[in-house]
Amino acid sequence: MSHVLKIENLHVAVDGKPILRGVNLTMNHGETHALMGPNGSGKSTLGLAIMGHPNYEVTEGSITLDGKNVLEMEPNERARAGLFLAFQRPIAVPGVKMADFLRHATTNVRRPDRKEGEELIPMREFRKELKDKMQHLRMDVEFARRYVNDGFSGGEMKRAEILQLAMLQPKFAILDETDSGLDADAVRLASESIAEIGGRDKMGLLIITHHDKLLEHNPPEYTHVMLGGRIVETGGKELAEELHQSGYDRIRTSHPEADARNQEMLSEETEVAS
Amino acid sequence: MATDVSEKDQIGDINKYNFRTETTGVFKAKKGLNKDVINQISDIKNEPDWMRKFRLDALEEFNRRPMPKWGGAIDLDFQDIFYYLRPTSEQGRTWDDVPDEIKETFDRLGIPEAEKKFLAGVKAQFESEVVYGSLQEDLAKQGVLFTDTDSALREHPDLLREYFGTIIPTGDNKFSALNSAVWSGGSFIYVPPGVHIEFPLQAYFRINAESMGQFERTLIIVDEGASVHYVEGCTAPMYTTESLHSAVVEVVVKRNARCRYTTIQNWANNIYNLVTKRAHAYGDATMEWVDGNLGSKLTMKYPAVHMMEPGARGEILSIAFSSAGQHQDAGAKLVHSAPHTTGQIISKSISKNGGRSSYRGLVRVDPGAHHSKNSVVCDALILDPESRSDTYPYIEVMEQDVQIGHEASVSRIGEEQMFYLLSRGLSETEASTMIVNGFIEPLVKELPMEYAVEMNRLIQLQMEGSVG
Repeated sequence: MSHVLKIENLHVAVDGKPILRGVNLTMNHGETHALMGPNGSGKSTLGLAIMGHPNYEVTEGSITLDGKNVLEMEPNERARAGLFLAFQRPIAVPGVKMADFLRHATTNVRRPDRKEGEELIPMREFRKELKDKMQHLRMDVEFARRYVNDGFSGGEMKRAEILQLAMLQPKFAILDETDSGLDADAVRLASESIAEIGGRDKMGLLIITHHDKLLEHNPPEYTHVMLGGRIVETGGKELAEELHQSGYDRIRTSHPEADARNQEMLSEETEVAS
Repeated sequence: MATDVSEKDQIGDINKYNFRTETTGVFKAKKGLNKDVINQISDIKNEPDWMRKFRLDALEEFNRRPMPKWGGAIDLDFQDIFYYLRPTSEQGRTWDDVPDEIKETFDRLGIPEAEKKFLAGVKAQFESEVVYGSLQEDLAKQGVLFTDTDSALREHPDLLREYFGTIIPTGDNKFSALNSAVWSGGSFIYVPPGVHIEFPLQAYFRINAESMGQFERTLIIVDEGASVHYVEGCTAPMYTTESLHSAVVEVVVKRNARCRYTTIQNWANNIYNLVTKRAHAYGDATMEWVDGNLGSKLTMKYPAVHMMEPGARGEILSIAFSSAGQHQDAGAKLVHSAPHTTGQIISKSISKNGGRSSYRGLVRVDPGAHHSKNSVVCDALILDPESRSDTYPYIEVMEQDVQIGHEASVSRIGEEQMFYLLSRGLSETEASTMIVNGFIEPLVKELPMEYAVEMNRLIQLQMEGSVG
């Protein structure tokens, strides 16, 4: 089965401030793409806009999944259609057990037409699958009883995101810095896990990262570099390696306009943050 | 009751085994509040003179006092209320009188037909003494008394009189005065020194059984080194034609004793729920209030613990859920009257569809109550822009060497939480129900199982917005 996620001339604003200014990206099912770029260049914005975060306003352009207009879908419809975002900073939902949350999520994604109040995946079946996947990811089963991201360490949060990826089996997954906050061993484990879950032909991956560790087991066919809210260069695996080795200086020099915009966006972001 | 029923079954299913089915009616005192009505109540109950005087004095006190100027708006004509209704032989309310939304709620809670009627107060024939009696059998051997307060007045007059009205005096507030004048029913519990009651004493049924009187009066005495968990109220929505519920609950927790008092209330939306609850905790004793409020038009309720001697501990966990046309003015009071006392308040409120919740809390450290510790955590969750939440924390500290902490947070239903759950394919209702259930989880996990399950189902129904 072949699926296509297509982003054309995407403009996105937050609080009226433009962040993305014409992003084009086409992903085919089974492909791995790396998305790199300095801080503030708009990488996370792209992920959140694809998933339909209400604060991220698409002012121009289109996103389609197998030709269907994603922008007309609510976030939950996007999930049910096969899109997934592994969050850079997943939010805690105190009092809600991972297992309960995952059982609802898994049921809804597997049965996109499920109406409210209809039966969930049978408990026994769900538990078995969850347990298998957790063991595979070398996660303690106790984890399923904890509250969603509540009091999780950075590493635990990222592994919880990977567990969700494994359970939901989306058509396309965006992994937003799933390696940040992890030590070397954990990154290796994450990298292996993602390769197993989302590897060849299983889904399309958009891996947002600053490092090449996560790409070790997931070598990208395409590497995109974002600067100032645009993809300014696209290459292969070697581009990811180059950026990892030498940083973004060459990119900045080649695209002074985008670089200036990036600086501007970054300073605004800092203003907001402070 | 069948003799082969195990003890546990008797307790857990007490209301299944112990109600009868013949139709009964009510005796109504005349509408309005005056000496004649009070004398009539005392006559019918055949009360001792001191109680009659207590009631009449209370009436004067009630008449003297102005309405409270704070809290919610109370629009009540006190002369337009029946103050005493008693089951007699005819003219019961019928199932047809129960509002449709309440019936639907029962259906959706999956409550069997007979129990529905019972919970709705239609079958008020329920004889509380039978139930109390069967409980007494189990507990009597240990010297525990568990009965309704009217019976206690007849059967244990000295014990009752020793404590009645001592924790909450008649003149404490306008509504304690009202209750003192017209009280009827309620629970009376005495736990002798050193006796630990392992299972919760439940009065799941009681307010329904007594649904005639909305002025119940509860007195609990936990003697030295004893412990009890009392669960009161009803997790099913209550139906009543009365417009005012005003209870007084007094608890005495003696040295090294422990009492937990759990309430889950879900009133019909036309009820003023104005309740005074207070405990005195003595040396190294612990008093815990777990207080859940759903429904009602206006609730004003602030369970209190007065820590009277060193080492006393007071904990209050309070949850309020307000929806359209409702104001939950709920909170807690902790008074440190002795050194080395510890208090904790956790208050959570949820406001939805234009509902209003307020936390009103008092923390007081009296002179001399040094080395007292107190912490208040107060979280409000607001589900939509029409709803409102306020916090009124009063803190009075009259001693130097104490630790006082207050944390308050108000959040819209977390937009980020919502997005996170939606992005995983959950519907909006599923997501918000999950967030709300998670928010009240600290209370729910303190509840006995059947209450916890029903509480969760009730929240779900509230969230779906189709009932209540």
